[in-house]
Amino acid sequence: MDTLFTHVRKKSKTEFIITRIIQFSGYLSILYVSLISLFLIKEGFPAIYSVPFDSVFGKYWYPIESYFSIWPLILGSITVMIGATIVAVPLGIGTGIYISEITPQWAKEFLKPLVEILAGVPSVVLGFIGIQVIVPFIRESFNLPTGLTAFTGSILLGWAAIPTIVSITEDSLNTVPGSYRQASLALGATPWQTIWGATLPAARSGVITAVMLGIGRVIGETMTVMMVTGNAPVVPQGFQAIFAPVRTMTATIASEMGEVATGSVHYQMLFLIGIILFLFSLIINIVAYLVSFRIVKRSERLLS
Amino acid sequence: MNQKPTSKRITQQKIGYSALSLLALITVAPIIALGIYILVQGLSVISLEFLTGFPSDGMKAGGIFPAILGTIYLTLGTALFSVPPGVAAAIYLSEYAPDNRLTQLIRVSMINLAGIPSVVFGLFGLGLFVIFLNIGSSILAASLTLSIMTLPVIITASEEALRSVPTEFRVVSVSLGTTKWETIRRIVLPQGIPGIITGVILGLERAAGETAPILFTGAAFFLPMLPSSPLDETMALPYHLFVISTQVPGMSIDIQYGTALVLLTFVLGMNIIATVIRSRARARRQW
Amino acid sequence: MDKVIVENLSLAYGDGAESLKNINLRIPSNAVTVLFGPSGGGKSTFLRVLNRLNDLADVKTVTGTVTINGVNILDPWLDVIQLRRKIGMVFSRPVPLPLTIYKNVSYGLEVGGVRKKSVLDSAVEKALRQVALWEEVYDRLQDPANTLSGGQQQRLCIARVLVLNPEIILLDEPTSALDPISTKKIESLLNELSNTITIILAPHNSQQSARMADYAAFFLQGEVIEFGKGEELFLNPANQKTQDYVAGRFG
Repeated sequence: MDTLFTHVRKKSKTEFIITRIIQFSGYLSILYVSLISLFLIKEGFPAIYSVPFDSVFGKYWYPIESYFSIWPLILGSITVMIGATIVAVPLGIGTGIYISEITPQWAKEFLKPLVEILAGVPSVVLGFIGIQVIVPFIRESFNLPTGLTAFTGSILLGWAAIPTIVSITEDSLNTVPGSYRQASLALGATPWQTIWGATLPAARSGVITAVMLGIGRVIGETMTVMMVTGNAPVVPQGFQAIFAPVRTMTATIASEMGEVATGSVHYQMLFLIGIILFLFSLIINIVAYLVSFRIVKRSERLLS
Repeated sequence: MNQKPTSKRITQQKIGYSALSLLALITVAPIIALGIYILVQGLSVISLEFLTGFPSDGMKAGGIFPAILGTIYLTLGTALFSVPPGVAAAIYLSEYAPDNRLTQLIRVSMINLAGIPSVVFGLFGLGLFVIFLNIGSSILAASLTLSIMTLPVIITASEEALRSVPTEFRVVSVSLGTTKWETIRRIVLPQGIPGIITGVILGLERAAGETAPILFTGAAFFLPMLPSSPLDETMALPYHLFVISTQVPGMSIDIQYGTALVLLTFVLGMNIIATVIRSRARARRQW
Repeated sequence: MDKVIVENLSLAYGDGAESLKNINLRIPSNAVTVLFGPSGGGKSTFLRVLNRLNDLADVKTVTGTVTINGVNILDPWLDVIQLRRKIGMVFSRPVPLPLTIYKNVSYGLEVGGVRKKSVLDSAVEKALRQVALWEEVYDRLQDPANTLSGGQQQRLCIARVLVLNPEIILLDEPTSALDPISTKKIESLLNELSNTITIILAPHNSQQSARMADYAAFFLQGEVIEFGKGEELFLNPANQKTQDYVAGRFG
């Protein structure tokens, strides 16, 4: 009746293989990121030798005549990025607060999905609507020679980044314990004051993360900018530059990649731009991660 | 304490609420407007011939069937290369991964992968799959490229689905004499499937709508025949829309809107399916 | 005849907290042995040593030996899968698996490779009859297990364990989430089972200890202060601390 427990563990062969496959899959992300970085560097680094350094920061990106200044492209990206941020942040955070703190439950049920729908709209569709509707509108309203401008791009990109900001803002507002709000209200504050005095500060890091990730999305946008910003690789001059065409780094790669000869200087320069974009997004994502991580750690310590 | 009189604070609140609701309106109203506008403008062109027919007259007229089919192929291809490794990686992170530096590195890599601009994926795909590995511009290369881009989304959603399965089930299962994998296979994974499917659909939805990664890895505008093998190029809805709206003079505006409508429906349809799966699973959950 | 022989068992967790300190105990077979004492005394940890379930927790060191059927079950080379099938565990909250009633009971067998429906059917019925649940569920075996009441669920969990013909059943406060009637049903079930199975039970209150104990061990802060026959320990304990606890001077 008594069992004699055997000492040898009969380990299943299949289970061993499956476990190893699962483990390997876990490491895939590391593998892919490394692969991408290595490849970008491999193809783009030689550009540093092929093109004289000072010309990289000249005024013209005109590959046909061997002008490879990336400066107008970087500035183009930054211009659109700043414009988009100005549009996205107030709208995104405001909408996030509105949906999370002010609207009743029934309204949330259809507002949230509505905003999520915007997140699902492909960038090419946004660009298409941009061309059909926004571009002529801007041209008429501001009396410009063309509606394809950095301004147009900023509006569209900013608007496209809103869902990211809204959902993360909402999430972080939701994690603020109800006791914060109740305590504030008990002290005689209005709900409005409670939002700004208690709830929002508590969700501060989440909101910052939301903004950073929203900006990250903006930088990476390709099709929409390509379709509405005019694709003119010139250094934006002065404030009116907002209303002139620009070209972003992303649009450059997308526009010209098809026409380059493998291994040519142009090819290498495009990969170099790719490296810069990769680094931009890397930095933003790491900073956003650290910010949210550190605040989580701090709040864990506070609450324990 | 210098409290403002209550009525003043209430007025402040009213103004503040109105300001926020205005912001929300500015955000949300265009979404509805966009949807309605595309629907109205594009509906006239939608017909069975449009959806199943081929382009004609130098691509300026006719149907968009090859583009629809191409997008379906690419979506399936992406699923093939991103779902199995993605779910496996999610199992690893949720059930096996120790709490150490290596795991942290995995998570940081995932975040970075998720943040890489889509055009950089296209560049990478071109350099590695099309040129270096000599696969050539093809459905295969485009699918591989899209799958790398979709991987983080699938891993994140799947891991969350698996983690939400209560720990008690694992403990009970193990106490009855199972191995770790058996517990995962019999209890954890089946319970996580609805969440995983939702995540997969949302990831594929994004892949279906992307243009930049497929620009040089497999998408083509003018193809006389349907692709006959994964090594062929294909038409695809996002790319098609891009070209006909920017590079084809004399293109019928109705067809442009029609194409946009089809693409939007395809993508949002997936979204709706995912949402329905998620809410039905939540209702039927046994915990 | 002693079923479980524990010698110099000590256990410390990863954060340094010593949970079990040099425990020596001999648990008799085919009887109900009750582990009682104030919370934090190490009873749960001890139970989980017996079926090696603490392998899942953040345990740093385990020293000593626990001999069952002549084998030291702390041996790292031991087939723990087999061990756990022979030593069943019932937890303080009923945790039905997210499966049908039938599948909950047949789970252990199916995992062990039993596939024939007839074998499974009769084993499931036998286990459900043993826990007096058959009459209540025979017509809805395909229903999800979480449609049962708390008491029924816990009896299901016991059936789940019984289907594997265990030699020992470990119970960690099995009736803490149940009403008195369900508690009574389970207690009489355990008494019945103790004729053929060794029952080791950590009760959730002193009255349960007194009701159930054939034998009892008093756990205090990771040590076994006293062990003996149930009546002796509760009516006439040898150790002062035991007497203090039983008299309710601390708890």
